[in-house]
Amino acid sequence: MSATADRSARRAALAALGQAGRDGRPWRSLDELDADTAARAVETAFPALADRAGATLDRRTLLKLMGASLAMAGLTACGEAEQIVPYVRQPENVVPGRPRFFATTLPSDGYGIGALVESHEGRPTKVEGNPDHPASRGATDAVMQAAVLALFDPERSRTPLHQGRPAGYAAFLAAVADLRRQRAAGTRRGLALIVEPTTSPTAKAQIAGLRQALPGLRVFVHDPLGTSAPGAALEAASGRALVPVPRLERASTLLSLDDDVLGEGPGRLAHARAFAAGRRVRRPGDAMNRLYAVESTPTITGAAADHRKAVPPDGVAAVARGLLALVDGGAAPDGLPVAPDWLAVLADDLRQAGDRALAMAGPHQTPAVHAAALALNARLGATGRTVAYIAPPDALEADGELADFCAAAEAGAFDAAFVLDTNPVHTAPADLDVPAALAAVDLVVHSGLHVDETARHADWHVPAAHPLESWSDLRAYDGTASPVQPLIRPLFDGRTQHEILAALAGDFESGPRALVRATWADRDEPAWQAALKAGVLPDTAAAAVAPPAARLPDVGGRPAPAAGGGLTLRFRADPFLRDGRNANSAWLQELPQPLTKLVWGNAALLSPATAARLGVDNGQMIAIAEGGRRIEAPVWTTPGQPDETVTLTLGHGRSHAGAVAALAAGYDAFRLRRTAAPWMARGAEVTPLGQTGRLITTQHHQAMEDRDVVRHATLAAFRDDPEVMHAGEPPPPDESLYPEWEYPHQAWGMAIDQTACIGCMACVAACQSENTIATVGPQESARGHEMHWLRIDRYYAGEPDDPLTLFQPVPCMHCEKAPCEPVCPVNATVHTHDGLNAQVYNRCIGTRYCSQNCPYKVRRFNFLDYQPFDPGEAGPQQAMRNPDVSVRSRGVMEKCTYCVQRISAARIDAKIDEREIADGAVVTACQQACPTQAITFGDLNDPQAAVVAEKDSPLDYALLAHLNTRPRTTYLGRLRNPNPRLAETGEGDGGHG
Amino acid sequence: MPQLFRARANGIARLLVWGAPVLVLAVLAVSVMLPRSDFATGSGRALAQPVPFSHQHHVDGLGLDCRYCHDAVETSAFAGLPATEVCMTCHSQLWTEAEALAPVRASLASGEPLRWQRVNSLPDFTYFNHAIHVDKGVGCVTCHGPVEEMPLTWQAKPLTMGWCLECHRDPAPNLRPPDAVFRTDWTPPDDIHAVRAALMQELDIDPETMTDCYVCHR
Repeated sequence: MSATADRSARRAALAALGQAGRDGRPWRSLDELDADTAARAVETAFPALADRAGATLDRRTLLKLMGASLAMAGLTACGEAEQIVPYVRQPENVVPGRPRFFATTLPSDGYGIGALVESHEGRPTKVEGNPDHPASRGATDAVMQAAVLALFDPERSRTPLHQGRPAGYAAFLAAVADLRRQRAAGTRRGLALIVEPTTSPTAKAQIAGLRQALPGLRVFVHDPLGTSAPGAALEAASGRALVPVPRLERASTLLSLDDDVLGEGPGRLAHARAFAAGRRVRRPGDAMNRLYAVESTPTITGAAADHRKAVPPDGVAAVARGLLALVDGGAAPDGLPVAPDWLAVLADDLRQAGDRALAMAGPHQTPAVHAAALALNARLGATGRTVAYIAPPDALEADGELADFCAAAEAGAFDAAFVLDTNPVHTAPADLDVPAALAAVDLVVHSGLHVDETARHADWHVPAAHPLESWSDLRAYDGTASPVQPLIRPLFDGRTQHEILAALAGDFESGPRALVRATWADRDEPAWQAALKAGVLPDTAAAAVAPPAARLPDVGGRPAPAAGGGLTLRFRADPFLRDGRNANSAWLQELPQPLTKLVWGNAALLSPATAARLGVDNGQMIAIAEGGRRIEAPVWTTPGQPDETVTLTLGHGRSHAGAVAALAAGYDAFRLRRTAAPWMARGAEVTPLGQTGRLITTQHHQAMEDRDVVRHATLAAFRDDPEVMHAGEPPPPDESLYPEWEYPHQAWGMAIDQTACIGCMACVAACQSENTIATVGPQESARGHEMHWLRIDRYYAGEPDDPLTLFQPVPCMHCEKAPCEPVCPVNATVHTHDGLNAQVYNRCIGTRYCSQNCPYKVRRFNFLDYQPFDPGEAGPQQAMRNPDVSVRSRGVMEKCTYCVQRISAARIDAKIDEREIADGAVVTACQQACPTQAITFGDLNDPQAAVVAEKDSPLDYALLAHLNTRPRTTYLGRLRNPNPRLAETGEGDGGHG
Repeated sequence: MPQLFRARANGIARLLVWGAPVLVLAVLAVSVMLPRSDFATGSGRALAQPVPFSHQHHVDGLGLDCRYCHDAVETSAFAGLPATEVCMTCHSQLWTEAEALAPVRASLASGEPLRWQRVNSLPDFTYFNHAIHVDKGVGCVTCHGPVEEMPLTWQAKPLTMGWCLECHRDPAPNLRPPDAVFRTDWTPPDDIHAVRAALMQELDIDPETMTDCYVCHR
């Protein structure tokens, strides 16, 4: 990854050189002088091209560069013969050349999500979902996909550091032993342990044991992502710490009170799957659930909702209480942020659904909202049916939070502090001076994957083991425990939290496996082995408890305006970087944000009306001041954002995250966050600034330009006319100049259900991991050179203030009459007998004619050598590359292959077993990752195939069918199920395009 | 005025006139033949190995089956090379003091694997799968040559794309009954044409799909 940094620095230098060559250069003609006019025209028409138009290399630099690359090309030919290195003792069940899959659990904000990790001769290369795990149910998200990249990150911490100097782990253990001796002598002050919320039974048992063994120990929980927020909120709302476990598959009418249930939280993948299962409409008679969303910033849950209302963050409580009053048969108070009629219809709909209704409160919302949701579910009879309540799986006996630590530390309460797997110097609220608190402690020990901001304030830094190198255990959102088992020995001698806790307890010998196994000592060895194989410890789900009645505080109607006016701030964790822990992941930095499609940075989201009032445009910097602190951020106007509300994302703008993170632009929202107001703050002052910030987006077009790109209709319209998705469609042309192909064996095809797609980007990340797709960095991204084979286009329809948000995943369409094929002068893009448009990298000479002729713009060109394949240059990341896929070099076109390596593997297995390829034997990477099962893939020649059934639905349509490309990838039009009584409000109007 | 060109110049001119096309043809011929030559493909050259392993001795002399050492050949893309332990199955009893086997014993003792030089090497963008070839009746010696005659192993065939495609376009002449795949002493029976035609049917071999690019390149 430092190579990426070098390259971009070099490119910047070259661009500067080109600029210098142009200035003061003699001109040859008036036309040339007039080039500026042309440049202006280019800039207006193609904003993305503008900066490229001027960047020229002078002839000499070009020759130098070419000379260098030619010389290097010559060198590569002088390689030695390849070596084969067999095992000394071949492990049982290992067949070299065949991948193996191991079940493990990946952490997500302290909770666990099950995964099956593909391993090639001991190298983990790909994360897939574990169908047996309740939080995964076979799916993954983008962050889980990036786990392999984080594992092989060359910038990971590689050695323990003492006062910033490399030291051995034995020396660290000696320091811990010293500390224990001094404590035993009773001459010491307190000992602080700072951890993040965790559901690991082993960690909890260890910490509980430590509290017994070390009387001076105080445990502090630092919770930057609000993992424990739902439990705390419900405790405040009902007197008992509980977390809801919604069962979305049982609900017919769902209400989200600022709860991004599909995109956030430890159960998001399971919830998304259950939600989508309730709206799998293929025929007019099929049932469909209905989702109402009241939210304070646009989320993918709101985008999937049938009715959505944007309200300010502090207005949600009033809406929830008004709704509760209506459900109770009373009247809603005046002055609510949503229309009373709308709320009345919603209350009716919920009452009608009864025990099939479900109200969900956002984990970061106030206890009042949680109380209202609790009361709503109780009144409707939903409690115990569509939602169960369990004791929080992450409950940890603690002595306080980070703020308590800081106060005590600065008062000199501690002589030692262990900061394990957390980075409070970056992620603490701005009103806490963590460096000062740590400075007041004699011995600070930090463990982490990177030498991060906190490591710089620690006396000892110990490299942490990555989850794929660790033994541990974690609980899922419903309390189910599952083992974490290593796929590889720690690359850089990292240690798990369990080992450090054990050392603190005086156990310097036990390995992490023994420590975890001891937690589950009640299970015999066969049961433990079975749990490791399945990735789940059976019968560990938490029992449901009956929740106490909600305490309903008086929240009034519309919240009073903050003294002195100002805007309301809404903080969100970045969906991919989270609190910044993934900031050094190039995959996640370059993965477009689901709604804004921003990459390599974050923006302050404003509604179009607020942006107009402030007179600011996209990209313009604003200063945001609140509570005496100030940050500067670029503006991104976001349809559907509530007025006078600024959404800020945490996780960007880190100072010491690594070379990849250093390429990104972004502000650090933690610098504006207060302990008392971690998720929303009122009375912020926003001042427009003159300059413009760097914002890179991968989708410039929001509109469909009058083409029926994403077709959508209401359920009612579909029931009236099953052919509604095809209304106004010209009859498909049936003649073609392209050759006729026959597909005697298989005919691979894909169907994508746009009703199920929630735009979460998991498929894009999975594709990147499976197909070894390069990241290109911010400069290249800004030029539109990103390499993702699969993109998710996001379109808006309707009013900008309250739009309908539509997602459309676009992989290669694998056209039967493919425009890319005949234009290739070297036959590098060819049609295969099963109908794939195959790209032959070694034939490609980079004319880009195919890309030019592709109406769907799904081909990606390697403008530069984005990923080196010289082993010396490639670094440790090469170990995570899929060995079944070629690494592409500069000057080569590439695109979605329908995961041809998986097709080949299935074909070879079937041929050897002398059978047909079974339906479902080929699962593409995008299909595998999808939490909502929106993607179906299979053989169109097999009448029993699931994909054929999907394509049989009248909802099925082809993208740009009038071009007669006969794409193999087709779409099921997006259906919405708005309440007919609300259809007049302007958000439920039918039709498409 | 003296003659500008001497009489000798006629000869030089003729030589140039005739020589230039010959030179062009020679350059063409070399550029066509060189990449296909054994020099460029590495065919026929035995490589020095850490242990002078003799297939001749083990296969022809002792009659070991290919799969004793290459045990993944029926299930994996990679045929598999024996772990040090496999060598030591016999060599812990036989030739226990042999100088040539010192690296094998050292490998087992130290845990450091043996590093063999790859003899049959394909480019990284070519995905050859042993299992499917073996299953469909392509004998080991069809591609690897008379291994049982090799004291040190050499690459027997050019392994160029053209050579692969010859068989992918018309596999029949290279097929043998499945029970003869691993035999080095197999000779085609008299009715081999009929046998091969039957095999094409029986094993569901469809040459038409075997030249799709992605069969070998992904």
